[in-house]
Amino acid sequence: MKQHCHPIFAATIVTASVLTVVSASNLHAGEFSGYIGGQARVFFEDPLSPAQHNSYLSAVAEPEYTQQWDDGAQSFNAILFYRVDQYDEQRTHGDIRELSWTGVYQDWELLAGISKVFWGVTETQHLVDIVNQTDLVENLDGEDKLGQPMIRASTERDWGTIDLFILPGFRERTFPGEEGRPRPNIVIDTEQDAVYDFSSGKDHIDLAARYSHYIDEWEFGLSLFSGTTREPTDFSPVGISANGEAIVVPVYSLINQFGIDGQAFFGDWTWKLEAINTEARSGNKKGINSIQSVVGFEYTLVGIADSVMDLGFVVEYHFSDKRIYENTIFDNDLATALRFVFNDIQSTEILAGLTTDADTQSIGSFIEASRRLGESWTLEAQVRTFHGTKENRPLYSFRFDNYAQLDLNYNF
Amino acid sequence: MKQNNIARILTLSTLLLAPLLLQAETTEASATERGLAIAVEADRRDAGFEDFTSNMVMELRNKQGDVSTRTIRLKTLEVEGDGDKSMSIFDKPADVKGTAFLTFSHAIKPDEQWLYLPALKRVKRINSKNKSGPFMGSEFAYEDLASQEVEKYSYKYIRDEKIKTAEFPDGVDTFVIERYPAYEHSGYTRQLAWINKDRYVAEKIEFYDRKNDLLKTLISSGYKQYLQQYWRPSEMLMENHQTGKSTLLKWEDYKFKTGLTDKDFSRNSLKRAR
Repeated sequence: MKQHCHPIFAATIVTASVLTVVSASNLHAGEFSGYIGGQARVFFEDPLSPAQHNSYLSAVAEPEYTQQWDDGAQSFNAILFYRVDQYDEQRTHGDIRELSWTGVYQDWELLAGISKVFWGVTETQHLVDIVNQTDLVENLDGEDKLGQPMIRASTERDWGTIDLFILPGFRERTFPGEEGRPRPNIVIDTEQDAVYDFSSGKDHIDLAARYSHYIDEWEFGLSLFSGTTREPTDFSPVGISANGEAIVVPVYSLINQFGIDGQAFFGDWTWKLEAINTEARSGNKKGINSIQSVVGFEYTLVGIADSVMDLGFVVEYHFSDKRIYENTIFDNDLATALRFVFNDIQSTEILAGLTTDADTQSIGSFIEASRRLGESWTLEAQVRTFHGTKENRPLYSFRFDNYAQLDLNYNF
Repeated sequence: MKQNNIARILTLSTLLLAPLLLQAETTEASATERGLAIAVEADRRDAGFEDFTSNMVMELRNKQGDVSTRTIRLKTLEVEGDGDKSMSIFDKPADVKGTAFLTFSHAIKPDEQWLYLPALKRVKRINSKNKSGPFMGSEFAYEDLASQEVEKYSYKYIRDEKIKTAEFPDGVDTFVIERYPAYEHSGYTRQLAWINKDRYVAEKIEFYDRKNDLLKTLISSGYKQYLQQYWRPSEMLMENHQTGKSTLLKWEDYKFKTGLTDKDFSRNSLKRAR
């Protein structure tokens, strides 16, 4: 387990702690919350690699602490995360998801420390959302993120919202270890040093800015990012495992990225768009420009069949010219999903869908269901399967990796 | 000859009926005017509160009597010449703690609504068309909890009625008015409201579904007056007659004129709400 701590962000933590102590006189009581849980993941077929297993158990905890003072104008937030996995050493990992101070001064909101931000509007891929690194070992859907050291200034005016970021301390993407599953039939070794194809390496300080606004039923955002790419631009071979699989390390490059996102509401329709233009500034792909986009809609039927249940149709088309991220599976793909929202006391929801590659007819399917049990427990079930995974097609190395997963969490 | 007679009878009856028809029309018109006047008066009496905050405990009961509880904090900012701004922040159940809604309601154009999902740190704009859906699995629809602007309905005065309530066991004088949602995607064809003549607040509201069948009854009780002007209920019981489920809202700790501003109702403040 690695947990890097950048000097700038260490200083921030100390500052935040000092502030907390100094202003202890007019503190509101701090609040603890969070969850602990257990997870079981079961695969339907024997694995490709003898290092992998047929079922995995793991336990997780994510405690959270919040304290506000100065009439709510200042706050301190901490979220710690830790997962223990039965077999996968890389999935046994911890992270400081949040450790930040926030202050509100007239029109500006300042944040310093480790935090998370979300950009974008689409459901099946988050292209413009680049500030935080993906905690990929947590879930294939890429929605879990690692805490990012940052200084953020934000102002919300009549003419829109501006967010400015200084991002010291690069976080490397997490990947399943050799015993982990599902994973491609190469071992991405995150214990070894990753390759940075530029001189400042992981000490590079990234910058980002975003402008967002809405006019009636239209919402849009423009974003700029200059720094280390979150998705590796390549993988560099470093050896062969005892089971004959290639061992590689991720290659990270400098990029400039310009993103747009928007959505519009027309009756029961919500139209969505995200697009990015990425320019590589270092390494083999220096000077290359690449385009990726997601465009789609969500249509909701409210109260189907005289019930209180809602049924949403999600359709999103993914495009990439693959000029920088050659391994992306979202190059010419259509994602279609049904979202059942039961609107019941237990907040039952089911999202089920397919991602189909138009070129290769490879299909990834997913079902995600969740509900509350009593007042404090939540149960989540996921099933992911891979079809049409013939040789030389993108999901080939996942051909035996169909699985079901059950998460039971206690929330406090 | 025969035809002439018929024509004469028709003319005669028309002449006789005309004043009656006219009277019916004026009654109809004055019932509409009177209904609107009651709504305008209720709105006038509640104007000028500037802002208020309160805590709400929501008890959801199913047919079998099982109870599930939600705790929500609310902030409302009065906006002159437009609908109010409001924020609701969930404290319980624990799995949705920190989830928050921000709503800019409008009289005529659609409301703007954002949902904050703390786990993803995502502020998601919600398609405000879906206002007829249940709020957090309760018997209250989003539109029941939205700010009640005069322009959101057309009205009709029905009758005066003395009804018995918990507070007034011997009966209280009310205006019974019917209101028809202007919003085309409303879950209701009409609502029948019993308005306390003295306080101009609803003691009871019946909701009729799209088929015009009685769907729900809301009874508001424990009204208290704040700042010698603003009446607020301490309990609101919504019973669904079609499913046998009910939701009880208990309001606590009302505070008026707390000094909230537009900045407390921004999308950034939604993320800080907690």
